[in-house]
Amino acid sequence: MPKTLAEKVYEAHVVRRADGEPDLLYIDLHLVHEVTSPQAFDGLRAAGRTVRRPDLTMATEDHNVPTLDILAPIADPVSRAQVEALRRNAAEFGIRLAPMGDRDQGIVHVIGPQLGLTQPGTTIVCGDSHTSTHGAFGALAFGIGTSEVEHVLATQTLPQYRPKQMAVTVDGELPPGVSSKDIILAVIARIGTNGAQGHVIEYRGSAIEALSMEARMTICNMSIEAGARAGLVAPDETTFAYLQGRPHAPQGADWDAALEHWRTLRTDEDAVFDREVRIDAASLTPYVTWGTNPGQGLPISERVPDPADLTDEDERRAAEQALAYMGLTPGTPLREIEVDTVFLGSCTNGRIEDLRIAAELLRGRRIDPGTRMLVVPGSVGVKTQAEAEGLDRVFVEAGAEWRGAGCSMCLGMNPDQLSPGERSASTSNRNFQGRQGKGGRTHLVSPSVAAATALTGKLTAPADLDFTAQLETAGV
Amino acid sequence: MDAFTTHTGTAAPLRRSAVDTDQIIPAEYLKRITRTGFEDGLFSALRRNEPDFVLNRPEHAGASILVAGPDFGTGSSREHAVWALLDGGFRVVISSRFGDIFRNNSTKSGLLTVLLPQEEVERLQAAVEADPALPVTVDLQDRAVSYSGTTVPFEIEDYTRWRLLEGLDDVGLTERHLSDVEAYEADRPSWLPRVLPVP
Ligand code: SF4
Repeated sequence: MPKTLAEKVYEAHVVRRADGEPDLLYIDLHLVHEVTSPQAFDGLRAAGRTVRRPDLTMATEDHNVPTLDILAPIADPVSRAQVEALRRNAAEFGIRLAPMGDRDQGIVHVIGPQLGLTQPGTTIVCGDSHTSTHGAFGALAFGIGTSEVEHVLATQTLPQYRPKQMAVTVDGELPPGVSSKDIILAVIARIGTNGAQGHVIEYRGSAIEALSMEARMTICNMSIEAGARAGLVAPDETTFAYLQGRPHAPQGADWDAALEHWRTLRTDEDAVFDREVRIDAASLTPYVTWGTNPGQGLPISERVPDPADLTDEDERRAAEQALAYMGLTPGTPLREIEVDTVFLGSCTNGRIEDLRIAAELLRGRRIDPGTRMLVVPGSVGVKTQAEAEGLDRVFVEAGAEWRGAGCSMCLGMNPDQLSPGERSASTSNRNFQGRQGKGGRTHLVSPSVAAATALTGKLTAPADLDFTAQLETAGV
Repeated sequence: MDAFTTHTGTAAPLRRSAVDTDQIIPAEYLKRITRTGFEDGLFSALRRNEPDFVLNRPEHAGASILVAGPDFGTGSSREHAVWALLDGGFRVVISSRFGDIFRNNSTKSGLLTVLLPQEEVERLQAAVEADPALPVTVDLQDRAVSYSGTTVPFEIEDYTRWRLLEGLDDVGLTERHLSDVEAYEADRPSWLPRVLPVP
C-alpha cells in the first residue's frame, strides 16, 4: 500500500497494536517546559514512578521568563515558583534543563532544531500545541496535554489513533516581500481554523521546496491554527545541510546511516490524501489578520470586512464579536490601521532569518516615534548569533528594544504585555482575545510586514516602503 | 481519575463558536503548579467583559453541563482548560466540534465531551434557554443525552468510553505492555538523537 510520509513515520513508531484499542506510539524526543509540566511530575511522584528515558527528554524555561534582567530572580512570585518547580523536577528526575542564562535556553520549538535534536522521521511531543513546528524536518511532531506529558515521562509512549492525511500543495514562486508566514496565513484564511481538524498536513510543492528551514518551521508551526494535529515537510538537501554539524546531529558513520534512512522519507507517488488544497504562490501577497482568530486574515490591500456580507450566520456572529473586540469599523482599509506596538519574536518568527529580514528593512531608518517595537530572539543561540552579526545594533539604532530570549509577548505570561485596548502587529501565531495581555488587540503579520509597520506606525507591506522611497528619489 | 457513568444536572447554553482554550482560561491563570483551584480563571475575561455572559446569569449559576458552539477548545494544549471546567462544576461539555487536544485532554481527567450534530446542540440550547432549570441527563453507559422526553444518542470510541466508565488512568494501562516497549527500544537505531550526555 502506498503511504504518505506521515503514515510512514507513524507506522515505524507503533509499539503495540490491538483491536479496539488506540495504537501505542513510541516517542523519540520529549520536550518539556515550565507551564504544562509541574502537575505531570507531581503525578509521577504520587505514583512512585520515574522518568523512563531522561536521555530522550529535554527541558527549557521559556513561557514565563522575563526578557529584561534575566539573571535577577523573577519578580512575579507565581512565575518564579513555576520556574523553580521545573528546576527541582529536572534535578530530581535527572532531566537536562536549559535554565535562564544558559547558552541553550530558549523557546522549546526554537532550541530543538537549533541543537540538532529535531531530526527527520522521528516522533516528537511537547506539552505545547506548536510542537508541530518540528514537522519542518519531516518529523511527526504534535502537542499534548499535561496528562499525556506524564504518560510520556513514565513510559516514553503515547496511546494514539491514526490521524487523517491532508496535502497542502504550494507551487510557483513567491513574489518579493511575500514570505512563508503569508503562505500559512493564506492557507488558514482559505480553509478555516477547523479546516484540517483530525489531519496531519503535509506541505509540498515547488514553493515549499524552495523555502529555508526557518521558513518551513514558520509554516508547520501554525498547522494547529488550521486545526491540524501536526504539519510536516519531507526532508531534503536543505534539511540535511541545516542539521549537519549541529551538537546532537549524528556524526561520522552514524551520519551516513541516518542520511540513508532520511532519504527514504517521502510520500509514495500514488499515496492517497483524505483532503488536498492547492495554492498558487505567485498569487500571494502579504497577509494580515483583522479578527480574533488566525483564520480571519486578508491581503493587506483589502479592507476590514463587513459582517453583514457574510451569509453563514455563525461566521457573521464571529466576525461581529471579533470587530467589536478589535475596535474596527467595516470598510476601513487595512493599511490605515494604526498600531501601538510591534512584536518581533515567538516560535513562529523568532529565528535568525526572521531577525535578518526585519533588520534589513530597518537598517539606517527610524521607527515611527509613536510606536514601540519589541525584538525578542527565540533563543539565547539566536540572540548570540544576531549580536555577532550586529543585528542588535540595527534594531536599537532604529529605536526598537532588544530583549532576552523567551515567549514574551506571544502570550504575555511574563511582564511583556499589551495594555487594554492597545493594538499590536505581531509575528506570533495567535490573535486570540487577550492573548498578548488583557484587552490587547493583535494583528498577525510576517517579520517584513512587522518591520515595515514599525516604520510607519500603520499596517504596512514592505513594498509600500519601496514605493515611497521611489517616489522620493523621483522627487515626487 | 473519577469514573463517569451517568450525570444529571442543569445546562448552560454557550452560543459562541471557536471558544479557544485561551478564552476558557487565560494564560495568567496557568502559573499555578497544582492540579486544582483553576475555577477563578474559568472564562474570566468573558465573565469580566460581558455582563450578559451566560455564566454571569443567575439562572445558569449551578449548571454542570455546558452546551457550547462549534469548535470548542481549539488552540493551546493547556489541560488547565479541562481542570478549570471541572473546578467550575462542569462534568460534561456538548458541542458539534471540539479542538483535538482539548478533547483528548478531557478524557484524561473525567470531563465528558459529547459530540452532537449542530442542530441537536442548538435544539438543546433553545430548550435550556426556555427553561434553565430543565434537568439534562448524559448517560455514558447508554451513550445518550436526554431531556424533557427527548433522547439523542451520541458516539464515542469504545475504548475511551470503557476507560471513563472505569475511571482508569492511561499510565497504568500502558505499564501492562512494558515488554512491548522494551522490545521496541532494543531495535531503535543507535544514531537517533539523545539529549544526554551534553556534548
Ligand atoms: S512562543 Fe508563543 S506559541 Fe510559541 S511556545 Fe511560546 S507561547 Fe507558545
